[in-house]
Amino acid sequence: MEKFTKITAIAAPVMRTNIDTDIIIPSREMKRVSKKGLSNGLFAGWRYSDIDARTPNPEFVLNKPGYFGTQILIAGENFGCGSSREHAVWALAEYGIRAIIAPSFSAIFQSNCIQNGLLPITLSSDDVTGLADQASGGSAGVFSVDLLENTITDPASRIHPFKIGTNQRQTLLDGLDPIDRTLKMKSEIERFELAHFNENSWADLR
Amino acid sequence: MAKTLFDKLWDAHVVTDLGGNNALLYIDRVFIHERTGSVALKSLQESGRTVRFPANAFGTMDHIVDTVPNRSDKTMMPSGEDFITAMREGCHWAGIKLFDINDKDQGIVHVISPEQGIVLPGLSLVCPDSHTCSQGAFGALAWGIGSTEAEHALATSTLRVNKPKQMRIRIDGKLPEGLSAKDVILHIIGQIGAGGASGHAIEFCGPVVDQMDMEARMTLCNMGAELSAFTAVISPDAKAIEFLKGRPYAPKGREWDNALQKWQALHSDTAATFDKDISLDISDLRETVTWGTSPQHAIEITAKIPSPNMAGSSVDRESVTKALDYIGLKPGMPIAGIPVTGAFIGSCTNGRLSDLRRAAAVLKGKKVADSVKAICVPGSMLVKAAAEKEGLDRIFIEAGFEWRLPGCSMCFYAGGESFGHMERVISTTNRNFENRQGPKTRTHLASPATVAASAIAGKICSFKDIETTASSLEPEPVPMVN
Ligand code: SF4
Repeated sequence: MEKFTKITAIAAPVMRTNIDTDIIIPSREMKRVSKKGLSNGLFAGWRYSDIDARTPNPEFVLNKPGYFGTQILIAGENFGCGSSREHAVWALAEYGIRAIIAPSFSAIFQSNCIQNGLLPITLSSDDVTGLADQASGGSAGVFSVDLLENTITDPASRIHPFKIGTNQRQTLLDGLDPIDRTLKMKSEIERFELAHFNENSWADLR
Repeated sequence: MAKTLFDKLWDAHVVTDLGGNNALLYIDRVFIHERTGSVALKSLQESGRTVRFPANAFGTMDHIVDTVPNRSDKTMMPSGEDFITAMREGCHWAGIKLFDINDKDQGIVHVISPEQGIVLPGLSLVCPDSHTCSQGAFGALAWGIGSTEAEHALATSTLRVNKPKQMRIRIDGKLPEGLSAKDVILHIIGQIGAGGASGHAIEFCGPVVDQMDMEARMTLCNMGAELSAFTAVISPDAKAIEFLKGRPYAPKGREWDNALQKWQALHSDTAATFDKDISLDISDLRETVTWGTSPQHAIEITAKIPSPNMAGSSVDRESVTKALDYIGLKPGMPIAGIPVTGAFIGSCTNGRLSDLRRAAAVLKGKKVADSVKAICVPGSMLVKAAAEKEGLDRIFIEAGFEWRLPGCSMCFYAGGESFGHMERVISTTNRNFENRQGPKTRTHLASPATVAASAIAGKICSFKDIETTASSLEPEPVPMVN
């Protein structure tokens, strides 16, 4: 998993509410039993005017000149709602997105981000709209996202602090595999389990 | 200290507190399906890890299997076969019980888990599927996760979880005759929005919930996902216990008695408080249908399609405009009377026996409009068998519905079968997102009775418009199906 410390990159606004994971990666784009090869299908319904021919839709922000190399998305409320498909995050990550700024995220999407080194940042609606304005209007703005300082620096050099859960922050900073970290707690798990299944033997199918 | 039901479920599974509202939670059951479970098992195997307790894990083939007769591993979805074979091989490798394609107990994960007694009150259960919250109707801590988290749960029997806030939704009054849980939950989503329970675990309660049977409660909790809730729970009562008793994986004999004792504590203490409290009276509710591309675009069947100008912020206005554009409707049009070309009954929301009974009560002796392609997909093999035993299949087929084999089917488009470009479908499923049922397909969510009535009329309408009496829609209590 890639560590997240600090990035400086172009941000693109996708300011609609309830952008669901079907939009981020349509189901028909999940063709293989794999976490890879998904970036081509990212936002396929919006990004291509002819999906089969892969004709770019010039109206979609990521296709506009100036947004090549976008690493930050700025989005409306409840981003990543809907299906739990982690493919949405795999597609975003493979495309090169490292951080998403929105007033709120769906819980499953948010944890999927953390598992894959993507930083979901929650700010107030007004702040998000303000940042989106600076990221739109033809010339894309360059933003810095600093997880060591918990700040965003906008193109006008204003600094916006953000909050993130301590565990989530540490996971992103370390870039360590969560399963490896948990496997180190084996003795605690076993201790719990013994008591849990002693008390609730009806719950154990082993 | 007074605790909520959710607190009790949470506390009983905390292996260790990780600080900052985070805990390592113990996971009693993992359920996977071929769409994302196949990826999780493959990745687990490639990383040299194993499934810790295969006996506490289950798998099903539901998401991309065909639902047409004589189905096989070869699906209409071009690469579907790869997912199916990878899932079968993965489950075999891990030693996980798989409800395979034509198994007599196969079906949609959230339908078969309760049918088999795999979910039980007081258990923690995860599945890489957002509608896992359906199973919270039994007083279990059940929630949807991603594939990587599924690997984590399979490999360690635990997950790192941020404790959500809590919200109580109390449903007062009396459900009007002929209406169902689907109308209620669509109404709630319309009221509080698709992000209305974001960051929260919901507890549904109140007289209307108490009166509902277990299938209706599952419909309610199912669409907690459409409120962006972490999960939804309902305190288990005599109906929940009755439903689970004797199911294949439910405890037996003395173990059952022990379990019953434990389950008695599974309710919120009277003094417990919630971060958010909502109550609503649904005594005057009418059938509810969606007009747009988010489940929050829900209105009563007598209402008109709203105008973007009524939305609060500029982002909201833009979203409504885009939704109207996609769905091909204009503000001010009455929702009733809009012609439909497709009708779908099924899914983990409304693919259970009582749902099929309600639809059949409307369809009996009538014919689907010529312009409508109508499909019924029972939620599981057991639902299908029970429905056939009481002759519901005949009613559906004689009315002009296709009667299919269990699976998710056209609840979502996986690249194979769809209703078609620009077709307008009235559907008992849970998501009306853009392209959800196929490229450019337009979806209106509704209850089984409303879908059946609209299929007959060829346009969105109430069951009352096609001379169905409300009392005929009240299904008998559901008997054991296995
Ligand atoms: S029926 Fe639909 S919502 Fe339910 S599990 Fe299947 S795809 Fe998901």
